[in-house]
Amino acid sequence: MTAPSFSPVGLRFENIDKRYGGLLALRGVSLTIGAGECVVFAGRNGSGKTTLLRIAARLVRPSRGELSFTGAPSGGEDSAMRPGFVAHATMVYDELTAEENLLLFARLLGTVQPENRVEALLQEVGLSNRRASRVRTFSRGMRQRVAIARALLHEPAVLLLDEPATGLDPQGVTWLAEAIRRFRDSGRTILMSLHGESEISSLGTRAIRLDGGSIAADTRTGATFRSILTFGDA
Amino acid sequence: MLKRAMIGAFVLFLVGAAAYASFFIAPEENTMHVLQRIFYFHAAAAWAGMTAFFVCFVANLLYVWQRDEKWDALGVSSAEVGLAFITVVLITGPIWAKPAWGIYWTWDARLTSTFVLWLLYISYLLLRTLIEEPDRRALLSALFGIFSFIDVPIVFGAIRWWRTQHPAPVIMGGPGSGLEPTMLKVFFFSVLAMHVLMVFLIAERYRLEKLRTDIELLRREAEAI
Amino acid sequence: MSLFSNAAVLLGKELRTEFRSRELLTTTIVFILIVIVLFSFTFDPTSDESRRFAPGLLWLAFLFASSLMLQPCFLREQQNDTLSALRLSVSDPFAIFLAKLAANTLFLLLTELLLLPIFAVMYNVPVMPVLHWLLLVFFLASLGISIAGTALSAISAQARMRELLLPLLMLPLLTPILVASTEVTKSLLDRTPYVQWKGIGFLAVFDMVFLTALWLFGEYLLEE
Repeated sequence: MTAPSFSPVGLRFENIDKRYGGLLALRGVSLTIGAGECVVFAGRNGSGKTTLLRIAARLVRPSRGELSFTGAPSGGEDSAMRPGFVAHATMVYDELTAEENLLLFARLLGTVQPENRVEALLQEVGLSNRRASRVRTFSRGMRQRVAIARALLHEPAVLLLDEPATGLDPQGVTWLAEAIRRFRDSGRTILMSLHGESEISSLGTRAIRLDGGSIAADTRTGATFRSILTFGDA
Repeated sequence: MLKRAMIGAFVLFLVGAAAYASFFIAPEENTMHVLQRIFYFHAAAAWAGMTAFFVCFVANLLYVWQRDEKWDALGVSSAEVGLAFITVVLITGPIWAKPAWGIYWTWDARLTSTFVLWLLYISYLLLRTLIEEPDRRALLSALFGIFSFIDVPIVFGAIRWWRTQHPAPVIMGGPGSGLEPTMLKVFFFSVLAMHVLMVFLIAERYRLEKLRTDIELLRREAEAI
Repeated sequence: MSLFSNAAVLLGKELRTEFRSRELLTTTIVFILIVIVLFSFTFDPTSDESRRFAPGLLWLAFLFASSLMLQPCFLREQQNDTLSALRLSVSDPFAIFLAKLAANTLFLLLTELLLLPIFAVMYNVPVMPVLHWLLLVFFLASLGISIAGTALSAISAQARMRELLLPLLMLPLLTPILVASTEVTKSLLDRTPYVQWKGIGFLAVFDMVFLTALWLFGEYLLEE
């Protein structure tokens, strides 16, 4: 990975509530994540992991409470401040080629010299030779790589991954784990939601379990990694 | 409960009084005679309907701004009540027109615009039935409600400019078209009665809406367990 | 990146996507053609009757077609959740709307221009002398249809029965455009053609009012 051209950034969730039709998907979540931490979120479906990540991505507005980024240089939010987000959906256009997709988003983000940046990323994720193929023709693993390239276009200081290994074959999981390791080692702050233990979960420096919209356990307050990831659900 | 019943009785009395005034106190009009009396209902209902839609518009704006579900409840209540009044307008129009002009419907500017208005608010209510998630439903229908209301003056303007060229009979004349003093008083009394009725109906519907959302919430919580 | 450069980049994407498959354009053109032909069966297209009815039928056809053409506008962004990617990348969410309404206006204009000669021939109306005025009306009306339609398609994409819903939402809202465009077109195709400035001004005002409304409320339409 190229040398980091960002300053490390942490997140603070203050008393976050998210209400959907009267039901609370998140209730009173307060959490401070330090710069450079790699946090794994575990929990059942519906425990609020996706909602929390989407709030961090600023795609969803909390019903109550505040999210702030700590250590941000200008205090404002320029392009590099926005988190990179990888979800289960690829968030790229099937009818466009890998290169066209990345160029599109690079230009929207205001990336300097977008063509060079896209070229570099395509190499990084190993898709240089498929750059002119439409994403529609890609396998799940390849699409995930395009998605990650897209998330990294603006060299974000924070990376959010929502169940990124879903649908990947073992090779894909290994590749992804390696990529995440590189991000982590370059000093980026990472938040990812996962199901159970894997190569990827072992990269975490901290684990948090969500249950019914609140924080049920945190390695920072004494719980063990293993207990959080394998909480004996049926 | 008793208080609401008493208020309801009062409202009914007021409307009854307005009806009485329309039929027995207002002097008979020269050209259309008894038939003209429907005007007191027709025009007053139109005014009340428009006021209800304005209330809906304000509620929609407030919801988008504050996201408090009470504004959503007020929005749907006032839209439904407004629609009811406008339906009365659209029905009393032809009832008057047939004996007076021999035709049920005429593309008179006001009636046509009112019909489009009716369609807009039917769409508003229909949209609501097609979105299940309560917060989404509230936000999206509020936004559509805002666009609809902005459109209303434009619709009326367009139709008045271009569709009154046809030699269509002007239904009812306007309230300012030289009403004799007693008539004017009866008319304003009707308008008042209709507005009071409107407020009462909105309040009742609002209450119903709150009960419904409470039940819906309980049901969802029960299912989640 | 500024609002307009974002919008320009996105407009490029919209155009590229459509011109690659051309599905939207071809289906819309065929639909309008069918409607025009069907309408011609409903009255006797003598010269005078044509002049009276044809403009209205033309605009009705355009309106119906647009209410179908605008459905995929936001639906296709749901496919891979590309809407979220756009929201994450642009500096101002209004850029998304600006790009889409520009693209939709262009598509509508294209279909209208392609169908104009066919319409002129089938209904025996003289369009050549007033062509530039017709283009002005087409542009202003298509812009208005696109502005409202783009906003409403963002709403209908989040509801059920969206295929039926979008026309339901659009058509009542766009009656002023129907009336104004028909009237202006009618007077342009009259025996002694003249320009109804009142109508043209009216269309321009409609466009400005709804563009402003979209600008004020657009970001709420995209909320999750």
